[in-house]
Amino acid sequence: MSEDSRSIKQRVERVGAAVLDLFLAGGQLARTFAATWHGVFRRPNGTPAGTKRGQRPQGEVANQMYVVGNKSLLFIAVTLGFIGMVMVFQSCLQLERITGDLSQVGPEFLKLLIQDFGPTITALMIATRVGAGIAAEIGSMVVTEQVDALRMSGVTPIDYLIAPRFIACVVMGGVLTVFGVAIAYLAGGLTAWSSFDLNPRLFFDPSRVRFFDLALGLIKTACYSMAVPVISGFCGLRARGSSEGVGAATTAAVIGSSLAVIVLNFIISGVGLMLVGREP
Amino acid sequence: MSGATVPPRRGALRAPIEAFGGTAMHVAREAGGIAILAGRVLRCLVPPSMDGRELVRNMYRMGNRSVPIVALTAFFVGGIMVIQAGMYVRQFNAAGLVGWGAGYAIFREIGPVLIALMFSGRVGSNNTAELGTMTVTEQLDGLRALAIDPIRYLIVPRVVAMMVMLFILTVVGDLVSILGGMLFSSLLLDLEYSTFYYSLIDNLNWTDFVHGLVKSAVFGLSIALTSCYFGVSVRGGATGVGRAVNAAVVAAAVSIMLLDFFLTYLLP
Repeated sequence: MSEDSRSIKQRVERVGAAVLDLFLAGGQLARTFAATWHGVFRRPNGTPAGTKRGQRPQGEVANQMYVVGNKSLLFIAVTLGFIGMVMVFQSCLQLERITGDLSQVGPEFLKLLIQDFGPTITALMIATRVGAGIAAEIGSMVVTEQVDALRMSGVTPIDYLIAPRFIACVVMGGVLTVFGVAIAYLAGGLTAWSSFDLNPRLFFDPSRVRFFDLALGLIKTACYSMAVPVISGFCGLRARGSSEGVGAATTAAVIGSSLAVIVLNFIISGVGLMLVGREP
Repeated sequence: MSGATVPPRRGALRAPIEAFGGTAMHVAREAGGIAILAGRVLRCLVPPSMDGRELVRNMYRMGNRSVPIVALTAFFVGGIMVIQAGMYVRQFNAAGLVGWGAGYAIFREIGPVLIALMFSGRVGSNNTAELGTMTVTEQLDGLRALAIDPIRYLIVPRVVAMMVMLFILTVVGDLVSILGGMLFSSLLLDLEYSTFYYSLIDNLNWTDFVHGLVKSAVFGLSIALTSCYFGVSVRGGATGVGRAVNAAVVAAAVSIMLLDFFLTYLLP
């Protein structure tokens, strides 16, 4: 009896500890997000406005932009290209079976791509490649005590490490999304042309895209690109131990930022659906 | 004068070609390494001989512990699919097609691919980190010194566990996301549960469901092989482990997308 109740108590304690951890981590994450924005705009005391921003090393933003953007181009092109082909192939297959009319595939695909799949899948890929990279890099700096050395020199790690990556991700996230949507649309059009003899003129028809779709896609892109570097950098800074800790931090970064992308997509799409319901 | 200008121009032309060739060689080397690992794993599986306890332990760790994250992802994905379908419902007044649209997309594409990406993020990268830590702390050499084959003891159980568990998790995830879709279609679109259900049942058949499951088993194999390969080929301490995890998730994502494309063409 007493043994039983103890095990129940332990279980409740374990659940409670997990919930508390979740809330603590959420609070710290929110603080990191605020500190990152602060780090982006902050000027050191005594420096005249406009001469030097924050404590970022010179040229670090451009460097990170190269790492985040240029180095991801091939990866985004391959993944988005193949997913575009697959999506058009599957929807043509199903439509041919049920209605037999393929003329709407291209315009609707572009609309869906701009509004939802383009930003979301690009962001998932950025979370995989860039997010894991940020966590691995910052995590190994933490376990080799380089971050402690930064703190000792009076440098805030968030300003020095996360802020430049944040700026680079926000800029390059938009660029990569546009690139990914273009690649997926082209690949989809080629698939429809080669496998289903669909006239490219019918496919490449942007008339169905409304301003609303474009706005929704851009809002999603902006939110994802802000979430991924902050979550990954936060996971990297939390790394403890040695190589095991870096591995765990990288895993947490990939999972956390992918989940954030999916949940944000759900929230923003839900709000969009309610707005579009009010409209006509 | 021309002698001073020609070399930098040649260099400028050569640099991108060299970079491209370097990338190609790098990709080829890693693909070859993964293929060799796959061959060794296959040799251990015929006849099947592996550590049973290690297999069960890995299945529990990789499968059961991933249920919450997979269920959460799948639930939201079901909601997202219904929201996307809902935009068309409002436009064309076609409530009877929501279940079909959401079910078709979830079973054949989005379910297997997204669950595999989450699985790769959680289990694959965890596996790379663990094997990588063992490699840099020379535990694999220790096993070899004790005449235990690391492939048979460590890698084969993981590969089998990941394949089986991703398959089962995809079944669970598909069902959860259909339930999520039903719930959100009644909350957001005011659809009856039965409308959604019959729209799904009448327009889809078992091949759509099996199509996704076959994909998920293949994705599981590719995630397992890439994550194990990058784990055992780590060089250079904690930094190396971080870099290996990053490379493993990137390789897994690329292989999921490529295999998805080929399987879509090959499967009915």
